[in-house]
Amino acid sequence: MLSALFFYLFAILCVGAAFMVISVKNPVHAVLFLILAFFNAAGLFVLLGAEFLAMILVVVYVGAVLVLFLFVVMMLDVDFAVLRAGFLKYLPIGATIGILLLVELIFIVGAWITAPDIVAQAPTPPASDVTNTEALGLILYTRYVYLFEAAGLILLVAMIGAIVLTLQHKRDVRRQSVAAQVGRTREMAVEVVEVESGRGLS
Amino acid sequence: MAEFWSSYGLPLALIVAQSVALLVTLLIVVAFLLYADRKVWAAVQMRRGPNVVGPWGLWQSFADLLKFVFKEPVIPAGANKGIFLLAPLVTAGLALSAWAVMPVANGWQVANINVGILFIFAISSLQVYGVIMAGWASNSKYAFLAALRSAAQMVSYEVSIGFVIITVLLCAGSLNLGSIVVAQDSSFGLFGWYWLPLFPMFVVFFISALAETNRPPFDLLEAESELVAGFMVEYSSTPYMLFMLGEYVAIVLMCGLGTVLFLGGWLPPFPVAPFTWIPGVLWFVLKVCFLFFLIAMVKAMVPRYRYDQLMRLGWKVFLPLSLASVVIVAAVLQLWQHRG
Repeated sequence: MLSALFFYLFAILCVGAAFMVISVKNPVHAVLFLILAFFNAAGLFVLLGAEFLAMILVVVYVGAVLVLFLFVVMMLDVDFAVLRAGFLKYLPIGATIGILLLVELIFIVGAWITAPDIVAQAPTPPASDVTNTEALGLILYTRYVYLFEAAGLILLVAMIGAIVLTLQHKRDVRRQSVAAQVGRTREMAVEVVEVESGRGLS
Repeated sequence: MAEFWSSYGLPLALIVAQSVALLVTLLIVVAFLLYADRKVWAAVQMRRGPNVVGPWGLWQSFADLLKFVFKEPVIPAGANKGIFLLAPLVTAGLALSAWAVMPVANGWQVANINVGILFIFAISSLQVYGVIMAGWASNSKYAFLAALRSAAQMVSYEVSIGFVIITVLLCAGSLNLGSIVVAQDSSFGLFGWYWLPLFPMFVVFFISALAETNRPPFDLLEAESELVAGFMVEYSSTPYMLFMLGEYVAIVLMCGLGTVLFLGGWLPPFPVAPFTWIPGVLWFVLKVCFLFFLIAMVKAMVPRYRYDQLMRLGWKVFLPLSLASVVIVAAVLQLWQHRG
């Protein structure tokens, strides 16, 4: 009973926050509402007993991805009135994608009712046997290891691509060599000079 | 109804009582650690430090608390009011909430969850939001610059802390903080804790913890010589106090995490008679105080880093080092298993 109560709390907050993300005027507020939505999604994962996924969701999405989002949104001077101008023009496309996603969701959820035996064959061991961190690891690194490695490689390529696109190696910029700085001795840096009075150094 | 109370009401009351006990103890400890921090700093600089309020100035933190609470909170006219006030609450609330999973003695923790270490890691990765929100909502260029600096700094050092945690997890074989401590229990006592076999990682963790909690020498986001007081420049009174509180609770949290991961948590240093009589919670507190003393000494002795040096240390030194150590530790453990 209590878990049902919490499910509805998290679910309502999650949907509400997601709605606020697209409806608030200030983009920074939108990102903050997105954080709230992710938090509630993590809460839903905890209710499902998937605590590892919940924590990873918070660490990866809230702790890293949204920090960068916030970073960018704060730096850009986004005028939301201009962004909002094309709302009606893009409505058909957005609605089509939304309906497609909804149909897919209905198919997946419907499988629980139409074919419960297939869903029951899912290769997850019961939660009482292993912790879900172990269960995920057992599946991810055995059965899906090639897909997992391929995903890693794709991310690596994306990272290298981003670096290549933005890295500009200028020739005429003074650079610091830490080795040279640390390797400096007193003899290289200091010179004791006898200065004749009234002359100065020249 | 009676069943409802026995299955939900009593556990709830127990959890609330435990949380309140933990929070009150924690806040009092933090008050005295703040005093200790200033005293250590003063001793290194051959000053007296706070010595007026109470015997040896022991009540200084409580006098400061009263002073902060009774001052008027000033909100800048151009500030984004809601976020401006939310930021200190986020900072203090997050720092305190992470203590829910910290095992202060065998079985003494409010929430014994399987993924305790990930919970603390998640919470510490959220700490950056308090700073960013404060910096942006203040509508001040110094505060904003500090927020940008801190976002980059904290995200950078999170990576190496994550890898350090993974090396410890590989050795302990569990994500549960209590199990990590138990895994360090051996007949070698002090020398069986992970600080010795994973010493380079202990050093990386300690320095990254300094950077993560914005302590000197990595306090670039409140570098008073450049940014006045950084993201806190527009804050006064109770909101400012909440930032201070959150900062110190986060530092003590990092000390606690270091204790659990590397210094054997509540375990006595020598597993023989006079040491095992002392309750585990005292050992935990002693170890946390030791780590805090180290952090206070670093503040007193090391000059502030320059920002590019900080980034270089994080990405070019610590990241490869900790990544290599994950590979080496995993390989060693695997070979060990094949032999034995």
